[in-house]
Amino acid sequence: MNNPQLNKNGELQHLLSTEGLPARILRDILDRAGEFVNPNGASEVRKVPLLHGKSVFNIFFENSTRTRTTFEIAAKRLSADVVNLNIGSSSTSKGETLLDTVDNLCAMHADMFVVRHSTSGAAHLIAKHVAPDIHVINAGDGRHAHPTQALLDMFTIRHYKKEFHNLTVAIVGDVLHSRVARSQIHALTTLGVPEVRVIAPKTLLPTHVDKLGVRVFHDMQEGLKGVDVVMMLRLQNERMQGALLPSAQEYFKYYGLTQERLALAKDDAIVMHPGPMNRGVEIDSSVADGSQAVILPQVTFGIAVRMAVMSILAGN
Amino acid sequence: MDIQIKSGRLIDPQNGLDAQRDLYISEGRIVGIGDAPKGFKAEQVIDAQGLVVMPGLVDVAARLREPGYEYKATLESEMAAAVAGGVTSLACPPDTDPPLDEPGLVEMLKHRARNLNQCRVFPIGALTYGLKGAELTEMAELTEAGCKAFSQADAPLTDTRVLLRAMQYAATFGYRVWLRPQDSFLAKNGVAHDGEVATRLGLPPIPVAAETIALSTALQLARETGVTLHICRLSSAAGVDMVRAAKLEGLNVTCDVSMNHVHLTEMDIGFFDANCHLMPPLRSQRDRAALRAGLLDGTIDAICSNHSPVDDDAKLLPFAEAEAGATGLELLLSLVLKWAEQENVPLLHALSRISINPAQLLGQKMGHLSQGAHADICIFDPEARWRVAPAALKSQGKNTPFNGYEMQGRVRYTLLDGQIVFQQ
Repeated sequence: MNNPQLNKNGELQHLLSTEGLPARILRDILDRAGEFVNPNGASEVRKVPLLHGKSVFNIFFENSTRTRTTFEIAAKRLSADVVNLNIGSSSTSKGETLLDTVDNLCAMHADMFVVRHSTSGAAHLIAKHVAPDIHVINAGDGRHAHPTQALLDMFTIRHYKKEFHNLTVAIVGDVLHSRVARSQIHALTTLGVPEVRVIAPKTLLPTHVDKLGVRVFHDMQEGLKGVDVVMMLRLQNERMQGALLPSAQEYFKYYGLTQERLALAKDDAIVMHPGPMNRGVEIDSSVADGSQAVILPQVTFGIAVRMAVMSILAGN
Repeated sequence: MDIQIKSGRLIDPQNGLDAQRDLYISEGRIVGIGDAPKGFKAEQVIDAQGLVVMPGLVDVAARLREPGYEYKATLESEMAAAVAGGVTSLACPPDTDPPLDEPGLVEMLKHRARNLNQCRVFPIGALTYGLKGAELTEMAELTEAGCKAFSQADAPLTDTRVLLRAMQYAATFGYRVWLRPQDSFLAKNGVAHDGEVATRLGLPPIPVAAETIALSTALQLARETGVTLHICRLSSAAGVDMVRAAKLEGLNVTCDVSMNHVHLTEMDIGFFDANCHLMPPLRSQRDRAALRAGLLDGTIDAICSNHSPVDDDAKLLPFAEAEAGATGLELLLSLVLKWAEQENVPLLHALSRISINPAQLLGQKMGHLSQGAHADICIFDPEARWRVAPAALKSQGKNTPFNGYEMQGRVRYTLLDGQIVFQQ
């Protein structure tokens, strides 16, 4: 089966998932992102003309402020023309199909689509459908993948830890519904992290999560012991329905990240979160605002990583 | 018309016959096997040298989409597909719009099918009104109108008391109850087997327990009521084990599997191929191996196409939003031949799964080539190879997971009641 993300030369054609991408492509993206960040970690605000004359369409079938905004900023810093469409509230509610919407936008001479959709596989469907000179970036599809989030997480880890091959990384929370977790797991294992752990109650883990190459922990204390990186996941409020969890309080009591629990990790462990955070549900405020948290740098790096992905795609 | 089918390899599983014989047909019936009846004068001779002559295929699950879903398929298109696939009898599930819950609807369907005169249609009646799982249909009236069994198709029947009553009522008259076992709570919103692929792709899962729990309920109530129970579209290894044990126990139960599940697994979903969005979901390799073993040892009685034509618009959607189903009537024979070749199953044995066995599931005296039987016949070239090209399919449904696959075995003639209804 052909990898739908690569062109015939083995270069990145679309960014749909971190799964199935060779480590060299992941590293290229991180290296390129490094060029958009100055050495002390602050992002370079200078504008570069790499996407001058190109049109980037942000098509969001699902609400998002943060991700859409960072993509918009990234595209503008690359000098692209950016069009934002919140389709959740327009065409599809009038009965237009996903591919009809895409065809219409192609007719407006889009060069790149940034797509978010509530159903797994939506970005793959669009990538299969569009003309070969159009690039698709998956900005989150259902529970499947959110590759730019995972890449900015990898960038953050590399920034603070330098290497991947000597790390133990724990992902904590609702892995079952998380596209972020799936993309993180594939990126971490591809980049050579020897031990990736997931920590959650059984109701928040996919049945066959071990097949993704992770160690499974249900006890947070056990799972956090000696880790270098703690990656928290957001707990959606609706998880209290559907009999997945009894209450936010009980969840926090057993799976919330507190100072005491974080003390079980290595002293120099970093704490990450894809946002938006639920303080007091999955993470205690003292940790979120504490010295080990790198949550705001993640956001800053997110712009550089998205610039990197867009510029690499535009060059292929 | 009097027809002589000359020099073909006759395969008739019912009569244990696999030999080169001539077949003689007169007035829609088989009048001679091997030797011509006295005074027989063929008006047409079909040269079947190198071809296999078998009973017309019987398919226990083919959706024709009428009434109500004519934009997906029509009787005309799907009958043409059936005979192109050598199928001369098919059973259609009741999940039309409206469902087959009224005798008038069933009569209309039979009437329309009869006028087309291509393939026999045996409607499966709705077990409950509107397939809603609450009130029993008029099963006796529906049987008079032509229904051969009663089923919920893929609609849930969550109220076990209604299911018990439905089985009791059906058992009173000796009607067959056909159920596809799937617990609707465990399967809710699910689109793929709860396995490695659903985990990777983030697809809402359907666990094997959805099948085994519903199967256990159905078998237990069959035990209570003595109803003639048929299990539709078995998909899991655990399910095969349960049916095997139930048969050993002497329970009056039979079952079928779709050809898709004999050949494919969850891995075929690849990168969200909506053509592999099927119900029940494609399961693991271990499940597929168990289904094949169940076919070999007789636990599974029949292979069906589970023909479910879907319009393109309903498939050009993200996997989970795409409608489940695939076209199948024209692929059934080839996929059974492929299975037989892969598993070294003699044709005599393999072809019983699409002839005499399904005929018996419908309670019909057909699916064989005995003297005096209706001349429903499929003549195919076992050596012919062809590639599945959706545009070339007669079915209005063009979606199939086997798109581009090389197939073996090509139907050359299909006869219904001694009339050639298809030829290529």
